[in-house]
Amino acid sequence: MISGTVIIATEICKGCELCIASCPQESLGLSTSINRKGYRYATLLRNNCTGCVNCALVCPDSAITVYREIKSTKRQSQSAQPTVATQTA
Amino acid sequence: MSTIIQHDENPKLMKGNEALAEASFRAGLKAYFGYPITPQSEILEYLTEQAPNHKDVIVLQAESEVASINMVYGAAGAGVRTMTTSSSPGISLMQEGISYIAAAELPCLIVNVQRGGPGLGTIQPSQGDYFQATKGGGHGDYHLIVLAPSSVQEMADFVFDGFRLAEEYRMPAMILSDGALGQMMEKVYLPKSGSLPKQEVEWATTGKPASRERNYITSLHMDPEKMELVNLHLQDKYRKLKQEVRCELINTNDADIILVAFGLTARICNKAMEAARAKGINVGVIRPITLYPFPYEIIASFADPMRMFLTVEMNAGQMVEDVRLAVNGKSSVYFKGRMGGMIPTPEEILLEIEALTEKQRTMSQSAGYL
Amino acid sequence: MSTTMNGTMEIVYEKPKTLTDNPTHYCPGCGHGVIHRVLMEVINEMGIAEQTVGVAPVGCSVFAYNYMNIDMQEAAHGRASAVATGVRRVLPDKFVFSYQGDGDLAAIGTGETIHTINRGENILMVFVNNGIYGMTGGQMAPTSLCGMITSTTPYGRDEHFIGHPLKITEMIAQLPGAYYVARHSVHTPAAVRKLKKAFKASFESQKEKKGTCFIEVVSNCPSGWKMNPLEANEWMEKNMFPYFPPGDIKLPATMK
Repeated sequence: MISGTVIIATEICKGCELCIASCPQESLGLSTSINRKGYRYATLLRNNCTGCVNCALVCPDSAITVYREIKSTKRQSQSAQPTVATQTA
Repeated sequence: MSTIIQHDENPKLMKGNEALAEASFRAGLKAYFGYPITPQSEILEYLTEQAPNHKDVIVLQAESEVASINMVYGAAGAGVRTMTTSSSPGISLMQEGISYIAAAELPCLIVNVQRGGPGLGTIQPSQGDYFQATKGGGHGDYHLIVLAPSSVQEMADFVFDGFRLAEEYRMPAMILSDGALGQMMEKVYLPKSGSLPKQEVEWATTGKPASRERNYITSLHMDPEKMELVNLHLQDKYRKLKQEVRCELINTNDADIILVAFGLTARICNKAMEAARAKGINVGVIRPITLYPFPYEIIASFADPMRMFLTVEMNAGQMVEDVRLAVNGKSSVYFKGRMGGMIPTPEEILLEIEALTEKQRTMSQSAGYL
Repeated sequence: MSTTMNGTMEIVYEKPKTLTDNPTHYCPGCGHGVIHRVLMEVINEMGIAEQTVGVAPVGCSVFAYNYMNIDMQEAAHGRASAVATGVRRVLPDKFVFSYQGDGDLAAIGTGETIHTINRGENILMVFVNNGIYGMTGGQMAPTSLCGMITSTTPYGRDEHFIGHPLKITEMIAQLPGAYYVARHSVHTPAAVRKLKKAFKASFESQKEKKGTCFIEVVSNCPSGWKMNPLEANEWMEKNMFPYFPPGDIKLPATMK
């Protein structure tokens, strides 16, 4: 399975949960802490993101940047495991 | 300060509305939006008829005056020389858009060929929109530059003045005419094309190149502190505009009675003045040409306890309030008006002058007893 | 931000540069943010940002010019299409769009809407229909559904008293000036993708000066409907879609 990850601009996020509902992998959830606006923000809970971009497509605040594993033909170096990005922006 | 215009060597005989329309092409009009209404429909008709000779000019009949003025907003925001024309009921419909244009600081020209009101009123000439034109007209604290022509020649020339002032001060200008001036035919030396170059503006919305920040045209400022600053800026501009005051003075220096009138009524007052002078009464005429900015200081300079002012208007007494503000109690100010499309005659103004002369005589006699 | 991460990951989706960095004032879950982004994505991807002028309405999206990083004009209530006409006529070779809500486009601006399309103004009109006046606090809109409770129909919209919800999109599709008319939504990733295609087709047709493209987006109003965003999207599918069904309403032969 292709692996991917997301970076969520947590200070932009308003916690509407539309991304969470759109994620086929159920990778996303709401944070336990709140951002400066007082919202619980979306966060990557599990390391099974495929980079399908569904979450970013439905995000009303354009808070999500999606990364996907570079295909081996494109990649210079190989076999490096993707790391889950920290949720900061 | 009037615009320097070069005129054709040979005059033409034209209707005021047509002269204004032709002058607008010659002034470099790029987009016209309008809606038919009597007594100004000849402007739209002339422009649409002549449009094939001016391929670079948009002439579009809109579905309403509301749409017209908002099309003007769009075209002005895109940085082109644009105009709409209408008559009183249509100008009322435009007030919302005019307020937005004034707030967004967009230059444009609006022509009001006034007719009698209120309501649907009559198609005969009137000056009943003086308050609406000079005090703002729509919501909020704003003004238009208001030019009042009194001849077909000025119907043509003021198009140039209107565009020049609107663009220089980034605000809407209005030519406040009336049905008689629009419909009458007179000799006119049309202004020549090309005498009013258009400056490129940096604020226009024409597509944002990478080299600059985006331009946006808006009148919305949710922060009251910002909104007040915008208002203060507008008021500052209106103060600067005072240097553009224009006024015609005829026989005012020795006048015991000064007639104050604009537009069509100024012409009639000139006749009444001639008749009065023939009878040995010293009458002068002050004709405000810019109704906004209003020539308060010029009128004030003639205020004197021994002098009377008679304001003549085709309304129930609107400019007379500004004349009273100008003289500030130093002279008596009287009013003669006709309404609802009626035009005062020189004879009835002369009767008023004679009555005032009699009053002046009695007053000076009673002053002599004291 | 780099386009790769640890040399193994590449960006496959990010905010287009045609959006500013201003956080939106929209309520959580509001469709406006998605519609803004999709519109700006298309403009970005087509490389037409420098040739595009947009017109914002009065309503929730009154501040669209704060978010769209292109030249914009903010119009009076209902007049966006008249303003867009003014812009379009003097900039015939640029791309022009108007962006309006249901109250703006289908109530106070109905006249301008119909006549702009009847003239076949070569613009894209984006019509966001969420059946309510959001900005003023949830009053009845021309597109509020029968029985719908709003702050001015507290007992539900009574169509016998106040009229039926207005299907203005179907109405204007009858006009010869309307080139491409479609209804979309943004509640699912698939719907967002479809809307993007519709916007792209609309701007493509502007190049050919084909006439007015009119894209309705049935959207939500979680605050006005008094639901959370997920409930609002479900309610929209269940109640709005039967009356305002998504799909192409007038599809030119070249797009079939």
